[in-house]
Amino acid sequence: MNDKVLSVPGHVEPVVFTRDQLDWLPWLEPMAEQDLTARHMAGLVDAARAKSPYFRLLVRDPEVLEARTRTDKDIFYNPDAGLPRAERELAAAATSRYNGCIYCASVHARFAATYSKRVEDVDRLLAQGVGADLEARWNAIVATSVALTSTPITFGPEHIDTLRKAGLDDASIVDVINAASFFNWANRLMLSLGEPAAAGG
Amino acid sequence: MSDVIDTLAGIAPGSPLDAVRARRPQARIHAQSSYDSLFKPLSEADASRQERFALACFVAGLHDRQEIVAFYEQGLGDSALKAAVRTAATTARIEGPYGHYPKGPLSAEDKAGPVHRIASPTREALGTRLAAAFEHAHMLVYHPRDSAPPDLQALIDAGWSTTGIVVISQLVAFLSYQIRVVAGLSVLKARPA
Repeated sequence: MNDKVLSVPGHVEPVVFTRDQLDWLPWLEPMAEQDLTARHMAGLVDAARAKSPYFRLLVRDPEVLEARTRTDKDIFYNPDAGLPRAERELAAAATSRYNGCIYCASVHARFAATYSKRVEDVDRLLAQGVGADLEARWNAIVATSVALTSTPITFGPEHIDTLRKAGLDDASIVDVINAASFFNWANRLMLSLGEPAAAGG
Repeated sequence: MSDVIDTLAGIAPGSPLDAVRARRPQARIHAQSSYDSLFKPLSEADASRQERFALACFVAGLHDRQEIVAFYEQGLGDSALKAAVRTAATTARIEGPYGHYPKGPLSAEDKAGPVHRIASPTREALGTRLAAAFEHAHMLVYHPRDSAPPDLQALIDAGWSTTGIVVISQLVAFLSYQIRVVAGLSVLKARPA
């Protein structure tokens, strides 16, 4: 057996929330690229993910990784009805900011800024945290993400009312629920199986 | 084919929320296949079914969602273990998220909280592997940003393989998702437009 915690090589640890591209360094041994079988490649879904240490670590359980990945893609990329992509990414970024996942927040703040063009609002969320004032509709999405992310969960009918007042229909509300809930899955893996590093560090 | 999220949130076929969920068909199918892969695994070599259900009961208990605890308890045949898991969860509940940031500007946002340790005799009733998994799960649920390499070393020392750690990490993280989707949909169902 080769079960051991990896020592992370010298790197620059990010100490603020940022939209910069970050690397991620695993604390456990990912599978080696040459050991990936057809079953593992199916688990990775995208062949390009064989280059990622994060996905090569998770592919140790290929069936769960494949299911996780297909859930993720539909929640964020399915353009049919519901919330615009930018606001699904906002829910992901807010959830990550509240849980304290600097890596996940960097990726989804980047996407939220790109798709919404509201770079200053996204940066305010990163700098000030989930209490930042981003106008009514975004505030409602952030507050819902926070209520769903808290343990115990504090999400209640008042959040539904605020989301509806901000113009969200039920399909959009379900997108917020899915996006915030999904990042409670993603944040816990990213935070506990490795750590972020400044890119190229 | 039954869908665990629909069952737990009480979403009936043909209901308005059934139609809304149908707009994200892959998310729905694969939330279910995540559950199936975790709880009806192809191999139990790295984490047994009993360990998986015990951990799910504990995580649902930490969230204080009794309907979800009851669902996962169906997978725990051994009543002595079931009682130990209940005790472990009841004595571990707190509020999250808390935890520390890397030293720097974010240190101002550090929020202190306990590192949970399972006490005797529950520790003995659970056994070394499950006690270590529960302590790790408590951190993942309430203060995941405190995670550090020694936490993984503690799991290895308790007998978990690298693959086993990936499995239980996925399980706790998946439950953190599933419980929130069920909570969110239940509130929405009770508040029709």
